[in-house]
Amino acid sequence: MTAKTIFEKIWEAHVLKEREDGSALLYIDRHLTHEVTSPVAFETLRMTGRRVRRPELTFAFMDHNVPTGDRLQPIKDRLSAEQIKTLMRNAREFGITVFDLLSPFQGIVHVAGPELGLTLPGITLVCGDSHTSTHGALGALAFGIGTSEVAHVFATQTLWMKKPRSMEARMEGELPYGATAKDAILWMIRRIGVGGAIGHVVEYRGSAVEAMSVEERMTLCNMAIEAGARSAIVSPDEKVYDYIKDTPYAPKGEEWEEALQSWRKLPTDPGARYDKSVSFDLSRLEPQVTWGTNPGMTVSVTEEVPDPRDFDDPSERAMAERALRYMGLEPGTPITKIKVDVVFIGSCTNARLSDLIQAAKIVYGRRVAPGVRALVVPGSQLVKRKAERLGLHRIFMDAGFEWRNSGCSMCIAMNEDRLEPGQRCASTSNRNFENRQGVGGRTHLVSPIMAAAAALEGRFVDVREYELDREIPLEWEAA
Amino acid sequence: MVEPIRVMEGKAAPLKVNDVDTDQIIPAQFLKLLSRKGLGKYAFYRWRYNEDGTPKPGFILDDPRFKDAEILIAGKNFGIGSSRENAVWALLDLGIRCVIAPSFGDIFYNNAAKNGLLCIRLPEDLVERLQDRAMEGDLILRIDLEKQEISGKDIEAIRFDIEPHVKERLLKGLDDITMALLYEEEIKRYEERMPSYIIPKPSRFLHE
Ligand code: SF4
Repeated sequence: MTAKTIFEKIWEAHVLKEREDGSALLYIDRHLTHEVTSPVAFETLRMTGRRVRRPELTFAFMDHNVPTGDRLQPIKDRLSAEQIKTLMRNAREFGITVFDLLSPFQGIVHVAGPELGLTLPGITLVCGDSHTSTHGALGALAFGIGTSEVAHVFATQTLWMKKPRSMEARMEGELPYGATAKDAILWMIRRIGVGGAIGHVVEYRGSAVEAMSVEERMTLCNMAIEAGARSAIVSPDEKVYDYIKDTPYAPKGEEWEEALQSWRKLPTDPGARYDKSVSFDLSRLEPQVTWGTNPGMTVSVTEEVPDPRDFDDPSERAMAERALRYMGLEPGTPITKIKVDVVFIGSCTNARLSDLIQAAKIVYGRRVAPGVRALVVPGSQLVKRKAERLGLHRIFMDAGFEWRNSGCSMCIAMNEDRLEPGQRCASTSNRNFENRQGVGGRTHLVSPIMAAAAALEGRFVDVREYELDREIPLEWEAA
Repeated sequence: MVEPIRVMEGKAAPLKVNDVDTDQIIPAQFLKLLSRKGLGKYAFYRWRYNEDGTPKPGFILDDPRFKDAEILIAGKNFGIGSSRENAVWALLDLGIRCVIAPSFGDIFYNNAAKNGLLCIRLPEDLVERLQDRAMEGDLILRIDLEKQEISGKDIEAIRFDIEPHVKERLLKGLDDITMALLYEEEIKRYEERMPSYIIPKPSRFLHE
């Protein structure tokens, strides 16, 4: 028997038909959808008189443009309100479960899917959103798709796809003090470039990945897309099974046992081959901060804003110049001299419970710097509720943070949470593109602890100056 | 719903920028629009308009010489970033029917094929030469998809590669769903042997 990667195993189990032209018809076990990329897809179904083939495998979320303030207030933005209403209507018409604005399970689809037990190892999962790769952290083969494909999966529960190539991203060594999964992925993108994984399914492996929690792996998988990857995956282990067990939709009883048995066969076989391999030693990784307008434009917090003249490639030099102009930064400025106006702890990259706990450890008993607007937007209402049971909301609010309801929020600025032109933001999200967080807004991507420290000091600081694992009072038992 | 493409001929416009992500092609604020028509006026919005909505001069496709361009000659990694299919719709609505570039974002490339937007990969130096030539404002290219060949005045015929399935789809203007449903048997067979644990069943205590 030939040794296979987890990606190959899942792929082969789901191919229904291969055509000579190299495209395969894949069965899709799970389809997650949201208010922004679904309306036209539903419209397509309606126009062609089709139904959703397997509504029980399809789940709808509201996340991209939902307000994160008081949920009982009417939605001010007319188009947002319209999209949310449209999703409700479509879900009803086509018989799909929807986690609406008042649902305790509402949240960003890539946070809520895994925590509800909708994401399982070994399944194929798609969503009309580029960061669907996040679900690969649980050993699912997960693809972001476009709106025509959303309609296609609705109608057929299948997808045409050319088999991506495989890429091994080996991460070895122990993450040093102050370095997180977010720093690891920013570092990787810096090294391989924003096009470094184009066309590939990235499998993260190695001792550093094995040591990571499931939520840390989600951060890695989430941002593989920023290196151009088609998807990302990690072979599941006991941590993954524990993460899924007893979630609302997880298999129960005998089905759980049956599931476990088949999941244990998924991990990549020893000796399996990849089309491409990269490897990194993380044992000297430092906290990372992006300085430019794509996630590859990253330096360590101890470094300075680079000088475009140091780039040999003329097109890279031009891009760096343009980025610095947009970012309003001078070459040679130490990262720790850069002041921030806004701090955003949120998004499907870094707004899970563990992210909030780590940030709270920095924030506890301290105050947000004067003039800084700092917000925490939990990745889901469930994360929010769990955090509140721990008392994290009080820690953040006492320090001067806003504690909001869940949604994509300032990651994409489709709701009211957005930067003003010229404002500079330390953000735990995944994209620092021009205007992403609001027209003219300037985004620096960082880990949650780096963001928390920036909020306290009003500028970037080396988070290693803080005691990161200090004991803070958590209230779980009292709840 | 997709127009078949065999041969097209049109004005080429150069867009000498690398890594144009889909956010630049169509900013997120316009994703809320519920239809795929009419997105062209928002394409490359932030390059073409000031914050107050007044036009910002200087964008190549607003140049009178390129207003009617149907072929865009772009830099490498065109269409990386967010999966928004709206980026393809916006280009189509702008009148672009073909993009030539050294490389494309994967999702963008697939979305383009499904919507009848022809994407052609050519070596970087060749793309740069075409861009320079197009800059003169009068480059008409003829693209023969069947023969996989680009030609034009003073231009030696250029062969290009394209995945056979993308080619077939563009040639026939094929609708995916119809194609997939030819395999109803295979779909059913998979569904019959699909383990039941894969089908989500909500816990009776969904609130905890
Ligand atoms: S949080 Fe940001 S990256 Fe994640 S799904 Fe929402 S908009 Fe996309």
